[in-house]
Amino acid sequence: MAIRIRTKLTQGLAPQALEIIDDSDKHAGHAGHKPGGGTHYSVHITSSAFSGLGRVARQRLVYGLLAEEMAQGLHALALSTSAPDEAKGA
Amino acid sequence: MADAAVVETITKTITDNQVALFMKGTPKFPQCGFSSQVVQILNYLGVEFTGVNVLENQELREGIKEFSNWPTIPQLYVSGEFVGGCDIIREMMQTGELQDLFTEKGIAFNAAA
Repeated sequence: MAIRIRTKLTQGLAPQALEIIDDSDKHAGHAGHKPGGGTHYSVHITSSAFSGLGRVARQRLVYGLLAEEMAQGLHALALSTSAPDEAKGA
Repeated sequence: MADAAVVETITKTITDNQVALFMKGTPKFPQCGFSSQVVQILNYLGVEFTGVNVLENQELREGIKEFSNWPTIPQLYVSGEFVGGCDIIREMMQTGELQDLFTEKGIAFNAAA
């Protein structure tokens, strides 16, 4: 699942930075969790596609790219989205 | 499309309650870490809000996602407008934007928090 997320987001956003961390184990026992993982990720994205967009629009853009994955077991992302000029340390 | 009755329920909820949180579980017993975080933020700020447990109603659970064009729970509405999910609410509290929004909408909160 992480590879699929990476592929979709790379194609859709041409990110300057993309970090994907599998948090699935942290959600064990939670309704969305499935054995074997692949349900919860933390994703940090820096992309110029986010420039000029508000927080809600940025997350809608990300989830829009991952609609297929959301329908196939991906449950939720902890998302942090930055435009290049907002990235930490910039 | 979401069922008309569900849309009506959602519309009424976000109209009747200035701060409405669609969540998993209840404010006292959240059943998801993300929902729990938003409850904690609202409690920390001392904001009165209404929690709507989507786990009690499958149609509402799916309907709210469509209504908001937002695929995950929790979802916070303030004065009838969708504000965001867990990450957005947390960021907005950290930057003070959430407090600004409450001020702008005339919603009482603990400014000393």
